[in-house]
Amino acid sequence: MEKSVNISTFEELAKACEHYEKTIYELSQEREAELSEISVPEVRILVKKSLDAMREAIQCGMNSDKLSVSGMCGADCKRLQDGFANRHALFGKLYEKIVTYALATSEENLRMGKIVACPTAGSCAIVPSVLIAVSDSLGISEKEQIDALVTAGEIGRIVSNKVQLAGAVAGCQAECGVASAMSAAALTQMRGGNVSQILNAVALALKNLLGLTCDPVCGLVEIPCVKRNPFLAIHAVTASEMALAGIESKIPLDEVIDAMEQTGKLMSPMLKESSEAGLAVTNTAKSLWKKLETL
Amino acid sequence: MRQSSIIDIISPIMVGPSSSHTAGAVRLGLLARNLYNGMPSKVTFRLYNSYAKTGKGHGTDKGLLAGFLGLSVDDVRIRNIFDLEISKNFDYSFEYLEDFNRHPNAVDIVIDGVPNLTISGDSIGAGEVVINSIDNFSVKVNGKYNTLLLVYRDIPGMISKVTSKIPVNIASLNCDRNAKGEDASMCIALDGELSQDIIKAIHDLPSIYIVRYIKKLES
Ligand code: SF4
Repeated sequence: MEKSVNISTFEELAKACEHYEKTIYELSQEREAELSEISVPEVRILVKKSLDAMREAIQCGMNSDKLSVSGMCGADCKRLQDGFANRHALFGKLYEKIVTYALATSEENLRMGKIVACPTAGSCAIVPSVLIAVSDSLGISEKEQIDALVTAGEIGRIVSNKVQLAGAVAGCQAECGVASAMSAAALTQMRGGNVSQILNAVALALKNLLGLTCDPVCGLVEIPCVKRNPFLAIHAVTASEMALAGIESKIPLDEVIDAMEQTGKLMSPMLKESSEAGLAVTNTAKSLWKKLETL
Repeated sequence: MRQSSIIDIISPIMVGPSSSHTAGAVRLGLLARNLYNGMPSKVTFRLYNSYAKTGKGHGTDKGLLAGFLGLSVDDVRIRNIFDLEISKNFDYSFEYLEDFNRHPNAVDIVIDGVPNLTISGDSIGAGEVVINSIDNFSVKVNGKYNTLLLVYRDIPGMISKVTSKIPVNIASLNCDRNAKGEDASMCIALDGELSQDIIKAIHDLPSIYIVRYIKKLES
């Protein structure tokens, strides 16, 4: 049996969980402790630091409508909250919370507020919005929130063994796509899903985001990034619901990652953060560039 | 592999909006500050390529200055750094350039003072940075290790003279010679800390001009 330190694929992870009769987060935090030469409680303190910062970013974001330096974005979370105050969301309160928290965090990022890159700054709102909105609504303990965030981290870690989590390398599938998959894992963990259900949630989420390009307008982490975060937070919920019902990804997760890696390689460099194609070269984007130059 | 840590995946806690263009810029500024370790009379930040083109919108300029003034990547004062007291009493400027022989996110930090020093570095993704040249000597300082940097007259046996004085593990060692082959630089990444006494002892070796001890970055 592989020692937990050597786990580098999801198949190895699943086998090790079975062999040691442990959850993903238990194996993951033990591995992290061993690797960094600290104790498991110390690992969890670091994770809690990120969790606390995520909460803080949501709070700050919900209370501000200050625009970014470019002036392109920043007031939409306020609009969303006002909208929900007048007309409740079709899918109920929890849905309202998730999309509000996501937009709050993304906007906090673009106005140079303090956020947690998870896994990146552009995709920083997906994991916190799902994790915190759901745990607030269901009364999930802090211990379990930390378990969930460790689980999400383990998913991101194993993906990053194959695909660098950077839009410039593999497109947005590797940033917001992976963030959504990490959220699906966290959510499935929080709702009592087993290892197989967690990994299926990840596979289902990722499969549906393969090929997502990175074409930020004016080269800034604003359009389409900010609004993409709430979309992909909800996307994670769908993946988790299906997995918890026992629906499996016909393509095993490691193979999905292979497909993602290949897709990233085949994607034109013009669609990987260089702002040379897609949304970034639309007529409106071009005039935004011009305006920005006069800033 | 550094990314193989879950903590790296769910951090850093940073001021947005971009790990390469904001957090990376702060870290480059911090490394330059640690490296210079003195009060300059003026600093010019030369931003290249993507750093020049999208730097304003990403707060790259603010990040570089904030880092140089000692703020860490999660300090919300970065947003208003130009209005803070510490930068009002500080002489700085920015230049925006294009040079496709350079990395997309490259910067020169040109320091006027005693001594003058030009520090060049790149932000290579996910907040990771590298200082790759100092006064045209090529070096490699990434902020992950405490690093000892030396510039010296290139005489035989220098490497062993220096390393014999270092009591901690050496993670890596890079040397470079200038064009004429008279002067050389040595960059030693360390697994531990060096005391002031040891740094002084190395400085006292014959033919050494510059010794810099660059502390690793905390975040
Ligand atoms: S579109 Fe590009 S810059 Fe924006 S979040 Fe996705 S990967 Fe990051």
